[in-house]
Amino acid sequence: MNATWIILGGTSTIARSFARKAAERGDSIILAGRDMDDMKLTAADCAHRGAPNAETVAFDARNAESFAPIIETAAGLDCTVNVAVFVGSMPPQEEIDLDPSLIDGVIVDSFTGPARFLTAIAPLLEERGTGCVVGVGSVAGDRGRLGNYVYGASKAGFHAYLSGLRNRLGRSGVHVVTVKPGTVDTAMTWGMDGLPFLAQPEKVADDILRAVDKKKNVIYTPFIWWPVMTVIKSIPEFIFKKLKI
Amino acid sequence: MSWKEAEYTGWGRVLTAQGELARPERASTLAKLVAEAPAPAIGRRRSYGDACLNNKGRAIDMTRMDRVLSFDEETGLVEVEAGLEIGKLLKIFAPAGWLPPVMPGTGFATVGGAIAMDVHGKNHHGVGSFGCHVEALTLLTPTGLKKATPSKNKELFKATVGGLGQTGPILSAEIRMLKAKGDVMVVTERRVEGWDEFLTLLDGSDATYSVGWIDATARGASLGRGILEEAETGGGLIPAAKRGKKIPMDAPSFTLSPSVVRAFNAAYWRRVPARGRTVVKPIDDFFFPLDKIHDWNRLYGKRGFHQFQCVVPISAAGQLRSMLEKIANSGLASPLAVLKRMGPGRAGHMSFPMEGYTLAVDFPNRPDAVRLITELEDLTASVAGRIYFAKDALSGPERIDQMYPEHANWLKAVTKIDPDGAYITDLVRRLKLRAPK
Repeated sequence: MNATWIILGGTSTIARSFARKAAERGDSIILAGRDMDDMKLTAADCAHRGAPNAETVAFDARNAESFAPIIETAAGLDCTVNVAVFVGSMPPQEEIDLDPSLIDGVIVDSFTGPARFLTAIAPLLEERGTGCVVGVGSVAGDRGRLGNYVYGASKAGFHAYLSGLRNRLGRSGVHVVTVKPGTVDTAMTWGMDGLPFLAQPEKVADDILRAVDKKKNVIYTPFIWWPVMTVIKSIPEFIFKKLKI
Repeated sequence: MSWKEAEYTGWGRVLTAQGELARPERASTLAKLVAEAPAPAIGRRRSYGDACLNNKGRAIDMTRMDRVLSFDEETGLVEVEAGLEIGKLLKIFAPAGWLPPVMPGTGFATVGGAIAMDVHGKNHHGVGSFGCHVEALTLLTPTGLKKATPSKNKELFKATVGGLGQTGPILSAEIRMLKAKGDVMVVTERRVEGWDEFLTLLDGSDATYSVGWIDATARGASLGRGILEEAETGGGLIPAAKRGKKIPMDAPSFTLSPSVVRAFNAAYWRRVPARGRTVVKPIDDFFFPLDKIHDWNRLYGKRGFHQFQCVVPISAAGQLRSMLEKIANSGLASPLAVLKRMGPGRAGHMSFPMEGYTLAVDFPNRPDAVRLITELEDLTASVAGRIYFAKDALSGPERIDQMYPEHANWLKAVTKIDPDGAYITDLVRRLKLRAPK
């Protein structure tokens, strides 16, 4: 029996790639996000690529009232329920520096919104004792950097949350994968200069599905980011604070 | 929505452009772009010359608009976004027995590009060009969506198919797919000893798919020798070949030197036994043989290469032979040379196909090759043939009206929808295609 993926942030570039790959494996798809018109097209695409069922549902990380109907839908499914979280927002750090109120939005989009949703759906997953949760964080969450430390802080919080959730859900047979992508060639990064090891979203989607199959706990994608971040994390703070990376 | 400054080229890598590119992922983003700053749409840039370039201007990269929107299992009518690659369309629907009706030599070409060039495939003699199977187009105009079909907004349809993108970005298209027995090709390969035999075999072939590889270095009695491939789809199970090898760097210039090519061609020709043979191939191996190696264009080194492709009427077969003779005597050709019989099927005013024979030959970018190609273009025009805009990087504006007699009809429809010339590309500028009469 194939699974159904609830995909939060269904309009993101990586989510679209991931939904297609899951559809090609024969899984069903529920795309959750704000742009319903766009998600409907992606859902149709998934259906033609092999998803037995592909639908859309409204989800807004900043509006917790949008969570309940999705969880209700999940409760009605008679197959394995998986959740993949692709939501997040990254306004330029300079804009945040000028308008600190932007911080709240970043934290809700990238951390507390998804965390509230996952906490709300956790009992259902525990009760079923099967399925998995994919949480997409970022290498930016491994260390606060000059260029985007608010975004980094939100992802660091999300990483810690996922680690705890893994600890909790693992006890009932539900697996949690933390995904830390590096820079990915998406609409968000289009036009940014000098991005190192820029990965295609298809590659990231493949890596995520492999991690799900192999029940990995934490992955870096592409893999090159594991050694890179290992080095960056090990730089002593008194040196790191003077670096511009 | 951001614009990215980039330098980019066509497949031949001779001509380059510098300019800003946008790459929308949603229809709403694309609509906003077109309303605010209309710019020509480009795809995977498989055109060889400058059809996909807009130097010092902007262009919209459509490759992320690549979804399948609907499919009717009864009729095979599929609606897709224009950025979807033909090879992906094949991959998605072949297991269910539906094939793109027309497939060009590369599966990386997008549906939008296939329409804008009205591409042909190995079945052109039977089913016509790609545009003959397009039942509807949705164009994005600065004032909103506009639908065109062969019967509704007919002139717009005929100006868009084969229209080099000059009617604006295509959002989506409805294509009638072809029912096939399976996704395996049964291919009969025959050695052909020379030119006359080649034409006789091409004329007599009743295969659904047929194409001739020609040894463009063979001279004298062997002039026009090659291999004729005739194929049908069939059912069966064969493993898919491994694809996606890469050329790690630009090759040194001797890679495709005349002696290497001559030796390669002779060996390639003898590969097929004298009595011929029938082989079974995975479907993409037959249609997209070169896609197995990504970036094969780098084999020509950093100077890039040209492809000359023309079509001439059947009555001009003799002149086509003289053209091949010129090519063979020059010793400049690469192994990539194709001869094919074309049928009359074409769907747009500026579509390339016409009933006759088409010859395509690759040349490394060298001054003597450029001179030769210019001569070949003159010969093509003199026999009422055409050169193919998807390949051309060298021609001038002089011969266009002679080669494309419906140019004025096209220009009228294009001027109506794009009076300000927002969608003009480097190719259109070079050939003065939008210049008022």
